[in-house]
Amino acid sequence: MVAAAQHAHQAAATKQSFEVLTPDQAKEVEAIAARIIPTDELPGATEAGVVYFIDRALKTFASDNLARYQTGLAEVNHLATQMFLGVTSFSAATPEQQDKILTELSATQLSQTSSRRRNQAPAGSGFFQTIWYDTVCGFLIDPEGGGNRDFAGWKVIGRDPAHSFSPPFGYYDKDYPGWQPLSTEAGKK
Amino acid sequence: MSQAKVSYKPSEEVDFLIVGSGAAGGVLAKELSTNGFRVVVLEQGPYLTEADFSHDELKVLARHLLTNNPKIQPTTFRQTPEEKARIQSSVLYGRCVGGSSVHFTANFWRFHEIDFVERSKVGEIPGSGFVDWPIRYADLEPYYTKVEWEIGVSGLAGASPFDPPRSKPYPMPPLPVKGSGVIFERAARKLGYHPFPAPMAILSEPRPGRSACVNCGFCLGFGCEVGAKSTALSSVIRMAEKTGRCEIRPNSYVHKIATDKTGRATGVIYFDAKKNEHLQRAKAVVVCANGAETPRLLLLSSSNQFPNGLANSSGLVGKYLMPNSAAMAYGVFDEPLNDYKGFAVSRIFHDFYEMDTQKLGIYGGGGLDARFDPTPIGFAAGALPPGTPRWGKDFKKALHHNFTRTMQIFCHGTSLPIESNSFSLDPEVKDAWGLPALRMTYQDSENDLKLVTWMKDRAMEILDAAGATNKWHQPIASQQFAVHLLGTCRMGADAKSSVINPDHRTHDVPNLFLCDGSSLVTSGRGQPTMTIQALAYRAADRIKALAKQGELLG
Repeated sequence: MVAAAQHAHQAAATKQSFEVLTPDQAKEVEAIAARIIPTDELPGATEAGVVYFIDRALKTFASDNLARYQTGLAEVNHLATQMFLGVTSFSAATPEQQDKILTELSATQLSQTSSRRRNQAPAGSGFFQTIWYDTVCGFLIDPEGGGNRDFAGWKVIGRDPAHSFSPPFGYYDKDYPGWQPLSTEAGKK
Repeated sequence: MSQAKVSYKPSEEVDFLIVGSGAAGGVLAKELSTNGFRVVVLEQGPYLTEADFSHDELKVLARHLLTNNPKIQPTTFRQTPEEKARIQSSVLYGRCVGGSSVHFTANFWRFHEIDFVERSKVGEIPGSGFVDWPIRYADLEPYYTKVEWEIGVSGLAGASPFDPPRSKPYPMPPLPVKGSGVIFERAARKLGYHPFPAPMAILSEPRPGRSACVNCGFCLGFGCEVGAKSTALSSVIRMAEKTGRCEIRPNSYVHKIATDKTGRATGVIYFDAKKNEHLQRAKAVVVCANGAETPRLLLLSSSNQFPNGLANSSGLVGKYLMPNSAAMAYGVFDEPLNDYKGFAVSRIFHDFYEMDTQKLGIYGGGGLDARFDPTPIGFAAGALPPGTPRWGKDFKKALHHNFTRTMQIFCHGTSLPIESNSFSLDPEVKDAWGLPALRMTYQDSENDLKLVTWMKDRAMEILDAAGATNKWHQPIASQQFAVHLLGTCRMGADAKSSVINPDHRTHDVPNLFLCDGSSLVTSGRGQPTMTIQALAYRAADRIKALAKQGELLG
């Protein structure tokens, strides 16, 4: 499974070109996304094609964020060289080193969204916040929105890609006998 | 659209000009046009139909396909009138043909008798503008029934011992139960409550041109691709257009109600899609632009004759904003609910509809619903348990485990009408058309915070009784974001203490009517749309009667 995923990743990376990201920037974006949602026995950000989603977003509806990516990626690479001797970029670091870099970055930049606005981008303007949100979007969006390749993200969360469903939907409603009034309710009010 | 659509020239004086095509505007358009009147509806948003709707969360939610866009229409916010407001996204409303009914949850509760007479029952609440309605539940009952049958509401009459009297059962059975509904029903009954199948404005049976709900799972926040959600768009707007007398004119942003020397409305001035201005003439104007945009339009319509805004001799336009108090609890269970399938809500209860004010020291009440409403991105961004790692393998594990096993209990409650809670014009910030931005001033009353805290505690007990393996709730804090825009041009018999009379006619301008969330005198228990539509049917009857008397349309 992991081997298959890696194969898919390599095939994807060589097949498709990028719209606004340089190949070097794309490599870093893909490496960061792969630590946010790593690949294990289930697909991760790489298999979902998150880097292509982000590239297309930066070309279209999220073009305002391109500058933030350019500066942000340079800063992440700089942080990598500062933290680990001989490491020249985030993507060149080992996964363990990469996680340490992201720990450092995310400590100050991630915040939870609140109830009625939970579908808007979380508050905060840090680069890690931005790439975190974009990675989650590229992983979980309906594929018509340009990410979640082969429903990779929905496989992870267990969302069936069908457009219509019939009950029972899950474990708890499957033996439900139908709504019955309480015997005590007849006399009330 | 097989019918040839009618279109009127702006210079042509139509009978009725309706501002807004949502829950109320749609009903009025249908009622007035089917009774022979020539009607133009101006909608600031686009005319989208089922084919335009989408499951792309970013396009629909983050990029505002169906709702107001704070980038072009910024809003400002402050808690108290002493503060200077800052730019902050503070309201959400539908900005497309069909208005907020296109994206709403479709919880469709009637108000109960108490909502209309609570002030008399509870007594004065210091610091509030709490009053009785000038109408009663019995006045609205026939119209509630009409809404249910005309637009299509599913539910089970007599299932809740707390329900008010009704003259007819629902036109169709309830939607199927969801896992969240079963869990909630069993636990709530264990604790002595009376859960029942939620009345929903979603079809459980097909109607001509509309499918029954197919349980696609992109419901709250999204437009329905099969017409199952009983929105103004899928129901009354189409009936209005079929008359051949009603024009729905989208991309038309009304910013002034025109008046003559005698103080009567002569029409409205609006921007078209290219920002060109037009005056659409009409014999009478009905504003159904929602509880934020209706008062804003009246305030924008100030003139030498009406320096404080149109229809504002009371000074109450924009005041007494009631967004409904709210709390949300989450529970995770052992087995998959797959609650992402289907509409949001299948079970509710109304045991807390009337709180024991004496005993608990809390005025008001509410209802609880069992639901799951986040779509995948929203889930990852906001519905994982607090403390869950936000990235890496444990983040992924949590997504994998929780998405199918999570449900919510939403507590919906009253808001007290407080005069300083309001919409007004921001003195500095402008929108993309150069018009003053909407300014919201809002602070939850202590009572409302107490109420939702109390209901949240009950929701947590239910999750406990249900055997949730993990449960938490969103922090209770004064709200800074309003979705239910209620009370801001309140109805009343006295011109000094209200903006419209019981016929929805403004006290000040004889041929200007207002009907939407702004008309409400009290907030109900958190599900206003049913009442807004019942009021709209009733308002249409009152307006038709006035028109017959001859005086209205001249």
